[in-house]
Parts: sequence; C-alpha cells; structure tokens
Amino acid sequence: MTNLWADIKNTDLVVIMGGNAAEAHPCGFKWVTEAKHHRKAKLIVVDPRFTRSAAMSDLYVPIRAGTDIAFLGGVIKYLLDNDKIQKEYVGNYTNAAYIIRGDFKFEDGLFSGYDEAKRDYNRASWEYELGDDGFVKSDPTLQDPRCVYQLMKTHFSRYTPEMVERICGSPKDKFLEACKLIAETSAVDKVMTSMYALGWTQHSKGSQNIRTMAMIQLLLGNIGVAGGGMNALRGHSNIQGLTDIGLMSNLIPGYLTLANDREPDYATYMKTRGFKPLRPGQTSYWQNYDKFFVSFAKSMWGDAATKENDWAYDWLPKVDVVYDVLRAFELMHQGKMTGYFCQGFNPLLSFPNRRKLQTALEKLKFLVVMDPLATETSEFWQNYGEHNDVDPTKIQTEVFRLPTTVFAEENGSLINSGRWLQWHFKGAEPPAEAIPDIDIMARIFIKLRDLYRKEGGAFPDPFVNLTWNYEDPLVPKPEELARELNGRALVDVADPKDPTKLILRKGMQLSGFGELRNDGTTMSGCWLYTGSWTEAGNQMARRDNSDPGGLGLTPKWAWSWPANRRIMYNRASCDVNGKPFNPAKKQVWWDGERWTGYDVPDFVVTSKPEAGAGPFIMNPEGSARLFTRGMLRDGPFPEHYEPFEAPVANALHPKVGPNPVARVFKGDMEVFGKPQDFPHVATTYRLTEHFHFWTKHVQINAALQPQEFVELGEELAKEKGIASGDMVEVRSNRGRVKAVAVVTKRIKALTIDGKKVHTVGIPLHWGFTGAARKGFGANQLTPYVGDANIETPEFKAFLVDVKKLGQATV
Amino acid sequence: MANLQSLDIRRRSATTTPSPSQREAVQVAKLIDVSRCIGCKACQSACLEWNDLREEVGINVGVYDNPHDLTENTWTLMRFSEIDVDGRFEWLIRKDGCMHCDDPGCLKACPSPGAIVQYKNGIVDFVSENCIGCGYCVKGCPFNIPRISQKDQKAYKCTLCSDRVAVGQAPACAKVCPTQAISFGTKTDMIAWADERIADLKERGYKNAGLYNPAGVGGTHVMYVLKHLDKPEIYAGLPKDPKISPLVELWKGVTKPILLAGVAVAALAGFFHYVTHGPNEVQDEDEEAAKKMRRDKAA
Repeated sequence: MTNLWADIKNTDLVVIMGGNAAEAHPCGFKWVTEAKHHRKAKLIVVDPRFTRSAAMSDLYVPIRAGTDIAFLGGVIKYLLDNDKIQKEYVGNYTNAAYIIRGDFKFEDGLFSGYDEAKRDYNRASWEYELGDDGFVKSDPTLQDPRCVYQLMKTHFSRYTPEMVERICGSPKDKFLEACKLIAETSAVDKVMTSMYALGWTQHSKGSQNIRTMAMIQLLLGNIGVAGGGMNALRGHSNIQGLTDIGLMSNLIPGYLTLANDREPDYATYMKTRGFKPLRPGQTSYWQNYDKFFVSFAKSMWGDAATKENDWAYDWLPKVDVVYDVLRAFELMHQGKMTGYFCQGFNPLLSFPNRRKLQTALEKLKFLVVMDPLATETSEFWQNYGEHNDVDPTKIQTEVFRLPTTVFAEENGSLINSGRWLQWHFKGAEPPAEAIPDIDIMARIFIKLRDLYRKEGGAFPDPFVNLTWNYEDPLVPKPEELARELNGRALVDVADPKDPTKLILRKGMQLSGFGELRNDGTTMSGCWLYTGSWTEAGNQMARRDNSDPGGLGLTPKWAWSWPANRRIMYNRASCDVNGKPFNPAKKQVWWDGERWTGYDVPDFVVTSKPEAGAGPFIMNPEGSARLFTRGMLRDGPFPEHYEPFEAPVANALHPKVGPNPVARVFKGDMEVFGKPQDFPHVATTYRLTEHFHFWTKHVQINAALQPQEFVELGEELAKEKGIASGDMVEVRSNRGRVKAVAVVTKRIKALTIDGKKVHTVGIPLHWGFTGAARKGFGANQLTPYVGDANIETPEFKAFLVDVKKLGQATV
Repeated sequence: MANLQSLDIRRRSATTTPSPSQREAVQVAKLIDVSRCIGCKACQSACLEWNDLREEVGINVGVYDNPHDLTENTWTLMRFSEIDVDGRFEWLIRKDGCMHCDDPGCLKACPSPGAIVQYKNGIVDFVSENCIGCGYCVKGCPFNIPRISQKDQKAYKCTLCSDRVAVGQAPACAKVCPTQAISFGTKTDMIAWADERIADLKERGYKNAGLYNPAGVGGTHVMYVLKHLDKPEIYAGLPKDPKISPLVELWKGVTKPILLAGVAVAALAGFFHYVTHGPNEVQDEDEEAAKKMRRDKAA
C-alpha cells in the first residue's frame, strides 16, 4: 500500500478491481464501510463474479477474467479524451512532458526491440531523450509528438468503449458509468482509492495490470494523497515483511537487488545502482544505495566485511536467472534440484499444475517441511484415494517434518499491507515438539558451520564468517534480530562537517536510515527498517492511537516504513509552492522554513519548494513515470494481452495473443488448452470462511464452508443440465477437479467479440489433510506460466470444460 | 454498558406471579445493518466459540449457507439470497437468529415454569434446567428459531449473550463483526443509529429502506436495517408481519388451565402406570424388531 488501511476512510470513491476485499480482507473492508457512511463515498466493483464486495457496491461491472488492461486502458482514454486529469499534478509531478527517443515504437502489439527467438525485448529505445546537459528533454506544453503525454494518447486511442466491451464483455453503459465516477476524482477535493490483490497479480501480465491503474491514479492526482493511492491488499499477515526482508530469490533486504553474474565486482555492481539525477535539482534518493548495501554487508559479516574485500561482495550469490518457485519446481522436475526446504508454505497446493508438482517432489532426494500444520506437501507421498492417488512404495523422497510455532506462540513483528511493523507478544506455549522457525534455522546453521570449520569445503567463507552474536546461539531472540535489522553504529561517528562533534556513539541503535554510512562504520540488516528499534526502544510496540489531523495516520501506533511515514509520496499532496491541494485534508506542507505536518514528509525537509525538487524522490527524474522506461520487461506502456489460455484471439492484434515475453518452460506450452476443447473461462479465488489451506484444519471454519465446490452461472448450468448441489467434473488440459456445483445468478455469461463466454469460479481451499471434507484443489487445473516480470502464476484466467457427474455424495 | 446489565426478570414462562424486583431497566437492542454486512460469518464463528459449541462438518448442497439451517449448536446463521429487486440484481445476506421479541411467542407457549424468561432489559433467555423439551416454543415462535437438541432434548437459541451483557460486554457477534454491521446498545440509541443509516441508504436510491422492528410481536430487541423494508420476505423469508400464532394466544388464554390439567392427568397416569406395571423397560424382542427395521431400511 502506498497508503494505510485506516486511510481508506478518507476516500470519496473506492474501486475494488483485481481483488475482493469484503471476502478476502473482511477486517480491512471496514474502512470502506466507514468511507461510505461518513463521506458518502461510492464503491465500484469490477469482477467476473458478483462477489460479496459487489454485494456492497453502488456499481458493479462484470468483466472477463484476464482483460483488466483493456478495461483500464479504456478508462485512460476516457480521462484523456474528456480532459479529466489533474493538470497541475500531471504536468509537474509526472513524466508526461518528457521527450522519448525517436526510435521508440509500438506496432501490431509489439514495442520496438522485440526478439522473437529470445521472447524478450532489447529495451534501449524505451528511454528518454537526453539534452547536452545530460538531463531529460521536456516540453511543458505537452504538445511535442514525442512527449510521453502524446505517446500515451496515441497508445490508448485504440481502447474505445466499444473495444472495451468487445474484449472484456463489460456492458458499454456500465463501463462509461464507472469512467464518469472515476473521472470526478480528478478534482483536487475528490479522491479515489484502488484496492487490489491477487486478482491483478496472478496473470501473465500482472505487473502491468497494476501499472495501468497506477497511471490512472497519477492522471487523477491521487497518489501521495490521503484517501488515494495504490493499495495492494496483502494476502498473508506478514507477506509484506517477506518481500521487505528480501526473501525473493533476486533481492536482498530493503529492495536492494542481488548482483547478477555479469557484475563480477562491487564497482560494476554499483555502476547501475547509484542513480544520478536525470533532471536538475532532483534528490534521486537511490544515490545512497551504497550506504544501504555496505551497512547490510556489515550486518552479515561484521569485521570480515572490509573496504579491501569490497564489503564481502564476493560472498553474495550472483544470479544467472531468477530462481522463482516455478523455476525451482521446473528444475526439480528435470531432476536438477534434488533437495528442497519448504518453510511456511504448501507448494503442492499453492503452485500451478499439481501433476507436475507431484512428479517434481517424487524426484527429490530429500524434502524438509517446516510448518505448524501437517500440510499436503509433507504428505505428498501418501495415498489419499482419488484426492492424492500415488503409490508410496514407488516414492523414494525422504521427508522431514519439523513442527514450528505459529505467530501467537512467539514474540515478533508482523508487517501489514500498510507497511506497519506491529510488535506482538507470545500468547500461548507451543504444543508438543514445535519450536520457532528461528530456532530450527539456528540449529541447522550452527551444525553446518561446524562442518565447514572442520572440513573446509569449496567455499566456506560466507558461512564461517557470518556474524552470529546472539546471547544463546541456538536460540536467537526475536528482539535481538529486530535490533539488528534496525542497525547500530559500529564505532564512534563524528559529524563530517565538524570532526569535534560526535553524532553517534559506538553501539548506539540508529534512529533513521539517514544515519547509515558507506564506510563500514554503521550496520543495518534492512535499511528500510532503520528507526524501528532506536535508543528510545522498540517503536513497533508503541500503542498510542492519538491522531493529530484526524486522518487516521496515528503516527505513534506501531512503526511504519519508511521512516514512520504513513502515506508515501505525500509531498505530492501539495502544489508546487508547498500548499496542500485540498486544505480540508492537510497531510504535510511547507511552513516557510521547512516541510512539516501530521505525517513524516516524504521529502528533504529543508528543500524549498522553489528549488523544484519533485515529490517522487526515489526516481532520478523526481517525477512519477507514466512511461516506465525499461523498468518492466513487457513494455513501457501497458498493453492488453490475452491470457495464455483464452477463449478468443486478441482483438487488438490477432498475431500477438498472450504476453510476448512471459517465460514458458518447454513442455508447458504444449499443455495449454485450446478453446475448442475447453470453452469456458475459469478463475480461482479465496472465500471468507477460509484462509488458504490453513483453516480447513480448524473444525469451526471447516463447518462454515465444509466441501469443495465450483460456481457456475445459471445459463451454463442449464446448457449442461446441472442443478445446484450436483457433482460436476471440471477439466483443464492438465487435470480435473470433482466438486459440488453451486449454480448462481452471480455469474453471468458475457459476450466477447460476438461470442458467448461462460465463467467458472473455482475456490481453492480444499486438500487432502485437515478437518474439512477432502477435495482435489484448484491447482490440478491451473497453467504453469507466470507474470513476465515477477513470475506470479496465472491462476486467475485459464480454460476449462465442465460436465455433470450426478448427485452429490457425502 | 453498566446500565444494560440488569438480569432482573420481567416475566417467566408458565408463571403468573410477578417478579418482586423494582429497578427500572433500560431496553437493550442489537441492530443488524444488512447494508453493511459482508456475510463473512465471523458472527457465526464467534457464537460457536463463545458458547463453546461445535457444528458438524456438513456438506455443500449448492449454496453458501452452512450449516443449512439453525441447529441446537448454530444459534445464528448467515442466509444468502440472490434476487432481482426493482430491476437491480442483489445478493442479500441476512444474519438469522432469535429476534428477542418484546412479546415473545416462545415464552407465552412454554408450559414449563421458568424455562423461558424475559429480563427487564428485553433479552429472552432459555433456562435449560427447567426445559422439558416439549417443543411448544418452536411452535410459538413466529420466526422459526428454537431448536431441540437430540442430545439432551432441550430447546436452544441465541441468548443475546446475556452472560456477556450481564458483565457489561456486547454480544460476541457484535464484538467480532469487522464492518460494524452488528451494533449493540440501548434500544433508543440503536433506533437513532438506524435512522442515520436509513437516511444514507435513501440517498443512495433505496427509497424503501427502513428499520425492521415488527409491531406484531411488540417490537424486537434484535432489529434489522433493510434496504427493502417493503419486502422483508426477500431476505430469506423474513416475515412481513410476524404475529404469535393464534393457537398460542388461545393456549395462553382460556384453554391453558384446561390443557395444563390435561398435562397433570397424563403425568398422573404415567405415575400409576409405573406403580402398577413397573418401569417401561426395553424388552429383547423390541431390540430385535428395531434392528430388523434398520436392516430392512439399509437394504
């Protein structure tokens, strides 16, 4: 979230698209009901199904799964055609005026630089044109045909309401009604919030789905503003923490990137990371990258990371390709990965194409599962009849199940969607042999380190030099780890301007990432968390809910990254002179001498408005990007591509159907289904009654939603002779699910490009362990392809067929 | 909520003696704002947790309602209705359960002294040790709420968490409701809050929005804000004009002493049967006959 949960109450319009907040985030949805009651806010829901969120909406618009960019592209066209943009904002705070290189092109569904053999682009032409001064050229009148604004206008001119209806099946009148409501928030005193989740990410163009809405929010001037923003509703209580702390295979903590194998030394690595400003007077905060990196290296290896050894740069892995989960299972499937540690997740149910996952696990020599529950993954070798029809005598994988505590059985912090680090306290003793994940990892580490110390081995350095200064090396305390993530001074540090003045004493906890240094005198495990555990103590455990300003920012409740800032980019809520665009909702402002306000300004506090620094301080141009340069693999502007399994050809460019750069492994392309065999669009989702595959282990939740079902519209059910409660079989080209049919008025057939298309809804909660009735699981059906940028699997749009089996059986 | 705590009795089933208590108590109410309810079933879950009950893991019969009806364990249930209203499709979700009528049909119908009580604050509560499992309360209820347990042959329903209210806490369902679709307080406050909500709904075009607080049962201590007060029956059969069955009214009036005398006669007859014939024990041949019946049924 750019904003925070409570801030949703400050909005005038909520758009839930690519998510289903009322069902998947019921506690957060309360802020929607607050906004509706207290601000008379409206709620628009765009979804293939009439969900529980839709039941609360003022306007529901149906859409075919996997066509969000077409819909949102249509909204962009509407805003530009009707001049419903926040001009002052767009002109000053985005790259709308910047000139793009002459060789950038978009033709027949492809951007310039496409290499069909590699399924990749050479992105060199997706770039600004630089002047002789080294800065980006710009045309503030927005008239230059090569400026971003004009290119954007041309690009989206194809997304007419008629085209939107043809691709998405969304009725034109409903689509235009949504456009009108959205456009109203271009006024400075009106604001819209976007609430989305996996309904946008789980597509082969997931990143671009989100980007398209981000562009809309920028055009409307709704980023950095209370009640606005792009608000990703995270699906697990600490999944935000997972990404922050760098558990992605290509990241290190705080969104620093792991080096790739073309970067043999630290100097080369830093060349592409310490961004120089692209416009005059800009902050370009990533110029501090080396301070964050060196402090991270010091937290890892302490005294062993020195200037001479490039801060132990060689001890960090260099990636050749991204090792996401899809690749991991592909490698397992090929027999190239023979051991797997599976901590706190259940891949046998969580990733696509069950059959492939099952085969992959069977090829492992060993599998370690650390989890509080007996997951399906840990039982993959057991026969559960038709729900897991395997022969245990043929499976040689050795499985170790290590029971762990759950969050309520340990102290620690959970990081919510709004970036709050909230400390929690142990509420119960863990049962039986369960111990915290940290303790298990510590025991494994100590054992391995002993082996490295004793036997040497190929590359012992990163292991034997790792800092491990915990009171009890076998039981590192969450408090010790949290202090380490915050960081501290390693020596007495003097003020660079006045060497007689000490600014930090050795051992002091740092109070903010501004104190981090690139000379090895400070350490911090995650620069973004610096400030969370200061000399004043654990800021995450704060529980003062005072709310100066009345916007619900509660700056003394827990701690929010970065720098306890509650709304990111909040400088953009003010005009160029530093005055709030909407005085009724003041967040921060320039008081004549410095930036101040109810929130922590997202700006250099002494930077005068007339100096002209832009509000998007992380970008070297200081402005937000409507044209994203080479940041994303699949285009600087979003473009509608069909899902890999689609019922129709791409109406915009029939030759380029699905995302031309999404990675597809050999063998997976062949098992994509064709519409003649699998005519219906399927989509998978969660229900309120369950949390993923956990709560089916709980008797009460299991009783509330006991049995696997699929949802069909009445029209499709009639065609197939299916009544509510019948058992049906849903097949894709990869597998099948047998489940109860819920026949509903909430899913309507759509007319797509003149053809009638039905949607089949497949909730995902059931498996073969737990208290609920046994089920097959949605991932028997789903395709093995991910988003072109971050490889999130395409769970939300694929093709199936349905047939009736008979009466339900208990 | 200290002023809501009264457990003084206003009336008691099958008892005509008035309660000696003198304190005036405020009337309480739970307001269920259907327009804010997202059907998450947290209330259903909290009800099971607080009352230490467990529902069986059932089956799906093609709807979201689970279990499929109220039971002796499930005292509150989300009921989902898909319906076209005034040209607009709606998915209506109603939390069903005891309405705590001000004029409770169950209490009037109950023949067992003190098995059903109404507190001065309006809560209608079942007192299990006095319940004889006759099921008259089921017949007496215009909302079809009480259920008889197959385990102990006693009637069960929502208590409005009288145990929580007695110590100044809101009912468990209100406590957990994430969207504050369920509120609890004095009836006056709840009506005022409902008025605010109804004004909002009218502004959004629901011209028939209103408060469900049916006069036929003297008003209720569980009320609904409905978008369509003109057709409450579209909310999974919420009765438009609920009234206590005339049979119960009759029972309560003239016929009750006669019928009660009947009950006494039956009890006496049973006693004499026991004295003259001994306890009614199951004979071996009865067992055999029953087993045969089961076998026949299975085959």
